[in-house]
Amino acid sequence: MYSVNYHRAASVADAAKLVKSGDAKLLSGGMTLIPAMKTRLAAPSDLVDLSRIKELQGVKVSGKTVTIGAATTHYDVANDEKLRKACPAFAHLASLIGDPAVRYKGTIGGSVANNDPAADYPAALLALGATIVTNKRQISAAKFFTGLFETALKDGEIITAVSFTAPAKAAYEKFRNPASRYAIVGVFVAKGKDGVSVAVTGAGDDGVFRSKEIEAALAKNFAASALDGVKVSAKNLMTDLHASADYRASLIAVMAKRAVAAANA
Amino acid sequence: MGIEGIGARVARKEDKRFITGAGRYVDDMVVPGMKHAAFVRSPHAHAQIKKIDVKKAQGMPGVIGVLTGKELKADGIGNLICGWMIHSKDGSPMKMGAWSPLAVDKVRYVGDAIVIVVAETKGQARDAAEAVEITYKELKTVVDATKALQKGAPQVHAEAEDNLIFDWEIGDAKATDAAIKAAAHVTRMKIVNNRLVPNAMEPRAALGHYDKAEDHYTCWTTSQNPHLARLVMSAFYNVAPENKLRVIAPDVGGGFGSKIYIYPEEIVCLWASKKTGVPVKWVADRTESFLTDAHGRDHVSTVEMAFDKNNKITGFKVDTIANLGAYMSLFSSCVPTYLYATLLSGQYNIPTIHANVRTVYTNTAPVDAYRGAGRPEATYLLERTMEAAARELRVSPAELRRTNFITSFPHQTPVILNYDAGDYAASLDAATKASDYAGFAKRKAAAAKQGKLRGIGMSCYIEACGLAPSSAVGSLGAGVGLWESAEVRVNAVGTIEVLTGSHSHGQGHETTFAQLVNQRFGVPIDSVSIVHGDTDKVQMGMGTYGSRSGAVGMSAISKALDKVEAKAKKIAAHLLEADEGDIVIENGEVKVAGTDKSLPWFQVALAAYTAHNLPAGMEPGLKETAFYDPANFTFPAGCYICEVEIDPETGTTEIVQFVAADDFGNIINPMIVEGQVHGGIAQGIGQALLEGAHYDASGQLLTASYMDYTMPRAGDLPSFKVSTSNTPCPSNPLGIKGCGEAGAIGSPPAVINAITDAIGITDIAMPASPSTVWAAIRAAKKH
Amino acid sequence: MSDVSFVVNGKRVSGAAEDRTLLVHFLRENLGLTGTHVGCDTSQCGACVVHVDGKAVKSCSMLAVQASGSTVVTIEGLANGADLHPVQAAFKEHHGLQCGFCTPGMIMTATDMIARHPEGLDEATVRTELEGNICRCTGYHNIVKAILAASKTMAKASKGRAKQAA
Repeated sequence: MYSVNYHRAASVADAAKLVKSGDAKLLSGGMTLIPAMKTRLAAPSDLVDLSRIKELQGVKVSGKTVTIGAATTHYDVANDEKLRKACPAFAHLASLIGDPAVRYKGTIGGSVANNDPAADYPAALLALGATIVTNKRQISAAKFFTGLFETALKDGEIITAVSFTAPAKAAYEKFRNPASRYAIVGVFVAKGKDGVSVAVTGAGDDGVFRSKEIEAALAKNFAASALDGVKVSAKNLMTDLHASADYRASLIAVMAKRAVAAANA
Repeated sequence: MGIEGIGARVARKEDKRFITGAGRYVDDMVVPGMKHAAFVRSPHAHAQIKKIDVKKAQGMPGVIGVLTGKELKADGIGNLICGWMIHSKDGSPMKMGAWSPLAVDKVRYVGDAIVIVVAETKGQARDAAEAVEITYKELKTVVDATKALQKGAPQVHAEAEDNLIFDWEIGDAKATDAAIKAAAHVTRMKIVNNRLVPNAMEPRAALGHYDKAEDHYTCWTTSQNPHLARLVMSAFYNVAPENKLRVIAPDVGGGFGSKIYIYPEEIVCLWASKKTGVPVKWVADRTESFLTDAHGRDHVSTVEMAFDKNNKITGFKVDTIANLGAYMSLFSSCVPTYLYATLLSGQYNIPTIHANVRTVYTNTAPVDAYRGAGRPEATYLLERTMEAAARELRVSPAELRRTNFITSFPHQTPVILNYDAGDYAASLDAATKASDYAGFAKRKAAAAKQGKLRGIGMSCYIEACGLAPSSAVGSLGAGVGLWESAEVRVNAVGTIEVLTGSHSHGQGHETTFAQLVNQRFGVPIDSVSIVHGDTDKVQMGMGTYGSRSGAVGMSAISKALDKVEAKAKKIAAHLLEADEGDIVIENGEVKVAGTDKSLPWFQVALAAYTAHNLPAGMEPGLKETAFYDPANFTFPAGCYICEVEIDPETGTTEIVQFVAADDFGNIINPMIVEGQVHGGIAQGIGQALLEGAHYDASGQLLTASYMDYTMPRAGDLPSFKVSTSNTPCPSNPLGIKGCGEAGAIGSPPAVINAITDAIGITDIAMPASPSTVWAAIRAAKKH
Repeated sequence: MSDVSFVVNGKRVSGAAEDRTLLVHFLRENLGLTGTHVGCDTSQCGACVVHVDGKAVKSCSMLAVQASGSTVVTIEGLANGADLHPVQAAFKEHHGLQCGFCTPGMIMTATDMIARHPEGLDEATVRTELEGNICRCTGYHNIVKAILAASKTMAKASKGRAKQAA
């Protein structure tokens, strides 16, 4: 790791001020950033730690509206009783991230801001039509995730929360990379008042995306059997050591089918 | 068996320190004034070094020294060597290229060490290492062994034309060809054994300390064999004469072969300590380990197995290309030859065998022994071929094996080895029973109803371990003898220290070796200390690898105990005024058989040291040394049965049952033996399902961290059903075989046989990852 | 440089450290608590697991200064004055370790796992929960056995305590 200056922010306003210094980066759970710094792939001059800011923590459910503070850990998301009632699929997704030690530290805001193409939350947020709330504005998930490790966030902009309307039905199915345990394919299906939406992580060569083929098939009939014979195109899917684009395409259909079955269960 | 003697399931003495965080590994060592090292390594797989500029690095904060290979050479430090001479079939010696601990004019793989930087902190050493400027001229690379042999391939070493190190053979080519020609059936296969990275959880580390006043070096290193390290560093690398070099291998966090060898880093740290005047510590990070630890396996073979009309094997022919990487590591040459081809008879009566092995340089990390070393490769060939043959011949895989089992001993194979004892049918019976082999068809049908593909596969392995009779290995080209040593020191109060040349890095020697002493003298194991891993404390020994600590290391202890026992009996007979032949030692007492005359054990020890009343002419003291050179290899064998269920939609393989039935001869501590089998099986399943080192065409290692190299996790594995049915080994005094490598040797073919059975195909590449299995299912459907 | 101050194994400790110092290095090098190990660079092997504010986390993926103000328990402090913590005892009894390198992290993870599952554990749950801890020696067989056994022992002990309290 290169030398770095650490700052612990007391509030979002404090963090916004601190992050202006040098080539500063925001630090939340640090589960991606610290390993990247250890291997010298990231070299911020300063770190602004958001993890102890109380106003960024916690899950709120009011009616169908779910709001999750950006510094809420995966563990807290997975185990929040209100959320488990309102949108069990979302809590379940959080319980599948990394390993128990990672879930204690990693946060939803950190994960969303990093937009790793194999991260889990982006699939849920995109499928749920969630809103990403920052200290400056509100951004819809569809506009937020702009590419591999790319988001609509401007320099120094801080995610404070994500919010979404709990769908009538939803589920997430994840097929893990055997080594890294990130998603090779993760499919989040949601059926709400605006219809069915299906978002896929881990597979797209430009990051998380909505699968039009699957959505079209499910729009008519939200049942696993509706996906029998549905072919997902391998175009624009990633190929790497662990999975070809063809394999990913096939897995998208399989995982979608399983997710629909789970959502209907 | 007593509660702490041979055969007892004793909890390990050494555990207390490990479970309380008090283990002491190399990285835990602190020496006053100690500084930290980082190595500058080649980012290229093949390049000429045009210029090394260290000026900027030397000026960085905290930097104490920046040293290059040129300086190292000028100080007379020697090249690394391979210690086992193999001759090609034309009689020419193997073509060994030079391996300088720090590369001087050429780098040959990504990770090749070039410069060492010593600084106040590890962070500063790394900062400065990045500031070393090296100008390279990149060269074309070759990573695939078959391609490396082709005319016009990039030349890794000038010494080895077409990258061929040696072209070696064993067995009778003519007779084997004739058997194939005359056969009723021939099974032919092309079989790849995937490259693996050993991945002991403790990364390699070295701490070199030069004491100027004493002109003496101390090296703490993650070694399975500290004496061998000292010998090689003294005799071949000119680091220091043996009496001025102390090598300590303290607690070592796993080895699996990868810590047998003497690597550039420990040599360079010792030398750098003298150059800089400070103790120098280096600890690998995981990616450094991936890049530079000796890898394992990496064979490509074609095989032909001939059968007569009664399904008896009549001949076996093998042609293998083995990738040895960029340099010949210490034992690299013997792994794909004498540790491999000599096992090609397996558990079977095979009248004639011929194997040809070509070893090849490539621009990849050096390849050497990894758990099993050659024997997993041989077993994989045989047991994959047997399974394929059974399917072609439409006979039960179990019965085809049984038909061909060796049943009388000793048995001379056509490939050197002479098996001394075994009962292969007993293991097969035990495994088929434990796995309910007969009930498989029902389970397969039930799985099919759930949309799953279920398969079963078996593997009947044999291995040669207890390395090894010195005269035998000497005649085959080994540069060292493979005996072991022990010293048993009985203290004046009767407690005992055993100094052993074996090294424990997880095997539990502190417990099993003490159990051996308990069995002999009835001394509680708490009163027995096992001392190992320090060349200043322990007499010359050969270390731990090749499942040798039991069969060879304990035999040496047993021999030393014989001498102690003989002397103790003489003393007791004298004190008790009895005949020496009537003295028995039991439960901590020295008695005259058939009388009530006895002495407590400690009084005999005390008498030896007070020396007031010893038999005439006897020297005081009770301490004996023994060197044990085994009479033969020893031959553990067994039968493994794996049952899998595959999800055809995702290609995920679940191991639903894994049964191991082994023959390890006499067992000292069954709990520890079972643990060894569990670990070996996990590594074997890892090879079959999960692990594989992949280089891209330019020689970059794509699997250089746990993000891409799949380590077996708890969720990938089932609990294992293990059992033993033992035939004592007649070749050593304890009747012990060896259990350290069996699991890794026997399991990969069982897993792959199960997968190919489930899918209904002939072969699938290892690791059979979900994507590979998925693709295989798809391809099978198309046909 | 920052001043770092926390409670480690019941003792208040403080010291100065470069901001880039990882918690694991501070524990090992500044405090001499070398039971916590480093086995990888990618936060996957779990040899470095310690408890920070009662939660099992990877001390290789956290700066020491991030933990300032927290309460830290390492393998050296787990038994809290007793000879062995029940999880430590179970690892010994069931041969849940060989080379010992991954063991401290395994035990710290297992302790946390058992605490999160007061309802008890089964084999499948233990295996899933060990996702972030890699062992190369044991094939996990006896680690799983040890954790299941410790979970039972601790449940019995806490029932016993509850009875006494009632």
